[in-house]
Amino acid sequence: MSTQPFTYELSRGFLPGHRACAGCGQASAVRVVMEVVGPQCIVANATGCLEVFSTPHPESAWGVPWVHSLFENQAAVASGIEAALRKQGKLDQIRVLAFGGDGGTIDIGFGALSGMLERGHDVLYICWDNEAYMNTGVQRSGATPFAASTTTSPAGRASFGEDRPKKDLPAIAAAHGIPYVAVASMSYFADLRRKVKRALDIRGAKYLQVHVPCPPGWGYDEKDSMEVGRLAVECGLYPLVEWENGEVVRVRKIKKIPVEDYLKVQRRFRHLMRGEAGKAKIAEIQAVADANIKKYGLVD
Amino acid sequence: MSATASRRKPPLGVITRPGTSLRNKTGSWGIMRPVFDWNKCTGCNTCETICPEGCIRHLEKKQYEADSEYCKGCGMCAAACPAKAITMSTEHR
Amino acid sequence: MRKMIEGSRAVAEAVALCRPDVISAYPITPQTHIVEELSQIVADGELDAEYVLVESEHSAASVCLGAVAAGSRAYSATTSQGMLLMVEVLYNIAGMRLPMVITGVNRAISAPLNIWNDQQDTMAVRDTGWLQLYAEDNQECLDMHLQAYKISEDDRVLLPVMVCMDGFILTHTYESVDMPTQEQVDAFLPRYNPLYKLDPADPYTLGGYIGPEKYHEVRYTIHRDCLAAKEVVKEVARDFRAAFGRWAGDVIEAYQCDDAEVVFVAMGSVVGTLKEWVDRRRAAGEKVGVVKLRCYRPFPAEELVAALSRARRVIVLEKAVSMGGYGIVAAELRAALHGQANVPVTCAVAGLGGRDVTMGTVDEMYDRARAGEADFFADLRAEVLQES
Repeated sequence: MSTQPFTYELSRGFLPGHRACAGCGQASAVRVVMEVVGPQCIVANATGCLEVFSTPHPESAWGVPWVHSLFENQAAVASGIEAALRKQGKLDQIRVLAFGGDGGTIDIGFGALSGMLERGHDVLYICWDNEAYMNTGVQRSGATPFAASTTTSPAGRASFGEDRPKKDLPAIAAAHGIPYVAVASMSYFADLRRKVKRALDIRGAKYLQVHVPCPPGWGYDEKDSMEVGRLAVECGLYPLVEWENGEVVRVRKIKKIPVEDYLKVQRRFRHLMRGEAGKAKIAEIQAVADANIKKYGLVD
Repeated sequence: MSATASRRKPPLGVITRPGTSLRNKTGSWGIMRPVFDWNKCTGCNTCETICPEGCIRHLEKKQYEADSEYCKGCGMCAAACPAKAITMSTEHR
Repeated sequence: MRKMIEGSRAVAEAVALCRPDVISAYPITPQTHIVEELSQIVADGELDAEYVLVESEHSAASVCLGAVAAGSRAYSATTSQGMLLMVEVLYNIAGMRLPMVITGVNRAISAPLNIWNDQQDTMAVRDTGWLQLYAEDNQECLDMHLQAYKISEDDRVLLPVMVCMDGFILTHTYESVDMPTQEQVDAFLPRYNPLYKLDPADPYTLGGYIGPEKYHEVRYTIHRDCLAAKEVVKEVARDFRAAFGRWAGDVIEAYQCDDAEVVFVAMGSVVGTLKEWVDRRRAAGEKVGVVKLRCYRPFPAEELVAALSRARRVIVLEKAVSMGGYGIVAAELRAALHGQANVPVTCAVAGLGGRDVTMGTVDEMYDRARAGEADFFADLRAEVLQES
């Protein structure tokens, strides 16, 4: 028992008192990232879970300069901040970051992101991927994985949920030829830290996608975010890959577990767990994981 | 803002002061709290790192504790602790 | 210094004299010459600015938003479809009280696609909180740009300013203009000194969401400050005259209105046509006049009432229409006159999609208005309508 009061400096970047759900994978990952980034930064943040739970005026959980504009323009706003800092001669001292969810990045923010990457602004873009429009109620996004049930791609008597594959934004980002693209997971925080450090050491456009499990959206007990994220990586559905200048330079090897171990702990895949049709879908999902394993050499 | 002391205040609603979320005591959200067994602790720092609130700290190397003002009782720390040194309990300190 | 240059070039030079730190542009006819000229000015080392060539107008405005939020001066230009594509960003910029200047080149809106002049585009964004100034000629246009930053960055305003110029008619026309020197502009327009900005030395959160307990008041303050900006527009016009020796200001210009029985009201280059028409009719002994609405937002109700209350009839020439509603400026003018002066107001929509407004068109409006028609489209061609 301590009598020392807890203190929270602004330099942490992201402080307690925010309104994220208990067990939020995104809040956990944001904290890890901000500790690495430090206070000498400016963040442009899209509309979404992170923005809403961190900045209900007059409260803000941010200890760093932070701006929220719209849903799809954070990459452009960050480009403008970067241009201003470049003109002010401060770009060496201050890091510019852009944050967006999977919806804000992969769907509506795609154009602005691509423009920013193409122009090569010295900005680190981080996509917090919880695989649906969580803030507005778990609607399907381009990042929603195959056969997941969301509120706009629900499983039902005539549907098994999302019928499109997950949009591969890391590969698209890498195709821009930018100096660094990485995929990370909230569950592997040392790996995430290393990737943030690596990105910040590089000048130019960087894209980092972080898998952040969501208890209410995916349907699992809030204490299990770490474990669920680990299963996603270890079954091959979320390969942790790094690209430099368009080429794969590093992957995190996995032990390989069946995708079913990952799917069965989440309510969004529960509809696949009964009947022959469900088994067939699981086999399709296993094929996706197997393709990832083969493509990136995830298993020794 | 000291340089602008002689100028007007910012227009209404434009600026939110940093760190003001601290006034929102999210400890009222949940009923569970982590109980740390300092004897089992290996000092890996996983709990402090992954806590979504950032309300776990260590005093000495293996002496961890959570801030009940902000702890939402999610149980992530207990579930992730490799040494099984944390249990969630409704008995508050 | 006097030069004979294209309107777009005049704007580019004027903007360069204002020393923007960040320029962001996406090309769209007939704004293109402005952004091309600015590119050349930067490429030749005559202006030290970051030029961001974005992938859409939504991003062009967003880049400006980020740059100003980070404490720099920013500029962009757009028109028509581009203006509409950036609408939510325009609301955002005004709502976040970020000062900046965008040139709104006036062009028709699709569908159907049309690249020629009218004012539907900037009329469509009149509710955003941006101030709007409409230029009659290229000299006025360049002068407005010089004034715009000073108005926008004033602590009493802190709202962005759109300088509107008719596409092709002004952008692509060569006129003799007097371009000031850099020294003159530097003395008139100091460096941008933000009231607040994104800076790790003093970190703020900008753009937090606000609920019903406060949003209502925040929007009120934008409206209130936009109205109050009218006095700053006038004040800057006086400062401008002191600095540059010419009058290029005020919120309206009343031409031959003192004893006028019929007065036209219009915005932009068509005012020049109307002045010519007024001169001809005056020579024939008719008592007519024209009021140039120079500052449309904030709407100068008092000044318009004062200029028009003695007239027998007002004809608003509008290069825009609110579909299903009719006149926009006319409606606002009727509201301003209500209870103040018993002057009938006619709304005459003219010149959409680059249709020339000729002396004949003005004659038609004059005749039809005096015959008692309240709202109509001038120069509506029966043979074209008969196609369908």
